[in-house]
Amino acid sequence: MTAPTKSRYSWGGDEHLVVQLAEEMSLAANFTVMAIAKQLEARKIDGVIDICPANASFLVRFDPDRIAPAALEAEVREVEQAVGDTPSLTLQTRIFEVPVWYDDPYTNETAARFRDRHQRPEGNDLEFAAVENGLPSVQAFIEAHSSAPWITSMVGFVAGLPFMFQMVPQERQLEVPKYLRPRTDTPALTVGYGGCFSCIYSVRGAGGYQMFGITPVPIFDPQQKLPDFSEFMVFFRPGDIVKFRPIDGAEYERIRAEVQAGTYRFRQAPVSFSLDEFLADCDAYNARLLEALYGN
Amino acid sequence: MAIEILDAGLASSVQDRGRPGYYNVGIPPSGALDLWSALAANLLVGNSPDAALIEAAYLAPKVRFTEPAVIAVTGATMPVTVNGSPVPQWESLAVGAGDELAFGYLEAGARVYLAVSGGIDVPEVLGSRSTYGLGGFGGFEGRNLRAGDVVPVGIGNGRPGLVVPGDLRPRFDRDVTVRVVLGLYDYRLTDAGLATLLDSTWTLTPVADRIGFRYSGPSLEWRERVQPFGAGSDPSNIVDAGYPVGSIQVPGGVEPIVLHRDAVSGGGYAMVATVISADLDLVAQCSPGTRTRFRAVSLDEALAARAAARQQEVELRKALQ
Repeated sequence: MTAPTKSRYSWGGDEHLVVQLAEEMSLAANFTVMAIAKQLEARKIDGVIDICPANASFLVRFDPDRIAPAALEAEVREVEQAVGDTPSLTLQTRIFEVPVWYDDPYTNETAARFRDRHQRPEGNDLEFAAVENGLPSVQAFIEAHSSAPWITSMVGFVAGLPFMFQMVPQERQLEVPKYLRPRTDTPALTVGYGGCFSCIYSVRGAGGYQMFGITPVPIFDPQQKLPDFSEFMVFFRPGDIVKFRPIDGAEYERIRAEVQAGTYRFRQAPVSFSLDEFLADCDAYNARLLEALYGN
Repeated sequence: MAIEILDAGLASSVQDRGRPGYYNVGIPPSGALDLWSALAANLLVGNSPDAALIEAAYLAPKVRFTEPAVIAVTGATMPVTVNGSPVPQWESLAVGAGDELAFGYLEAGARVYLAVSGGIDVPEVLGSRSTYGLGGFGGFEGRNLRAGDVVPVGIGNGRPGLVVPGDLRPRFDRDVTVRVVLGLYDYRLTDAGLATLLDSTWTLTPVADRIGFRYSGPSLEWRERVQPFGAGSDPSNIVDAGYPVGSIQVPGGVEPIVLHRDAVSGGGYAMVATVISADLDLVAQCSPGTRTRFRAVSLDEALAARAAARQQEVELRKALQ
């Protein structure tokens, strides 16, 4: 067997079809995954249980008692073909803001506790990330991390955890290795980083991503107390566009109070995302997306 | 009607047949790990196959019934007593108000199932009563059972004296062969690496829970490569992708992990094969130390095994009418 030159179809036992569009991460691969997933969902194929878009691949969980694997594969290939043949796809999605207290005491305390599992014994994860990316200061790293928006390229690992990919050309992507050995603890709502992905830990637990900060806003709420969770306990959906906004400790506490009171709402706006227009001039396109978020 | 938990055992939780449809946001199917034993227990006490019951791993709980009930215990082989007197597994039994059900040490298998006529009556969350521990919801207050819990039971119409015939009870062995479909990222292994996966006898480690089962054995060899952007530096790393339930990943090339029904839904380790649906129950009943071989089968063979399991279900329903 050889490495795939184009999409690779493979069976995960008798209940899963896995389609790998590319081995490397790119916005184009992820956007294509999103578009295929949306069209597959729209077809409401009997016997399909879950359509799970991932970064550069997707997984379809199905019931072979209701749909034959060959019939499913044929239908998925048809959708992939249709998406590939469409010249200018747009994705109907939304943009929202996630406030982040970067360099906060919670993640710094945890980072200090697990320093023996880290590449760099001195300093914290942000200082390490700044050095790794050749940036002059932690402040410059935070600026790079929080200025351009991110697209939610995958939701998973555990309930509601988003993987996000920054919407900048590859040469401007930040890259940071994971911890040498995973931690056994990560504060809930830590903003993490591994490889070229940011994540937000939806629940407290083990983790191997570098820790940059913490958000006061829940992203997974099984009790569904906040208005943004009235329909579903998970907030993030694949394709969501995210803008991080740096906040300080005082604002963190203010927002926590709003969350406790059950009044906090995400700042958000519906947008449609066109990959072609984005690729033509990403900075201008991102500026327009941010206008949609902050303009009104 | 309720069950009072006097001693919780090691890891006991409320499960039903699972919560399909939310894997795309990282919520796994959950449900009884050994669906066959769970089905048998429910049918024995006259419940719907979708009723919730208690699954207990390795050390089972001690419980007291607040009212008369019809119960059944299936799954792993353990001595079972009611008020200190031995009672059989794989049979429906009548218990009285205040009766205490207790278990001895595990003799074979790993997970025992306790069904009560009427089913465990906890609220449904996203269409299921199964506990999802990592997410902290479903089942009894989103967690494993603890001593002092009072678990509500619905109203049932079970009758004692039904028995699962011997040929419809699973056999538990310390040497098992688990059928897998190769694929996914198996092309990342060298031919020697793939041969090591299929020709070795793997030993189940104590890291074996509802999320996954980890095995010890030799290390697997990966093909050399230029790192794809975003994949990570280890040859077993991939750009994070969805993990099939039952898929086998090999982080760092050592200690393969079979994901089970509380699977993490995705991540950055190459998966090289997937346990077929008909053999997930078999994996569920393996305890640490079980010697395991992975045997490659085709998708068609996997489907045939699934159809055979469905036919067994028909036999089971007939036997317990």
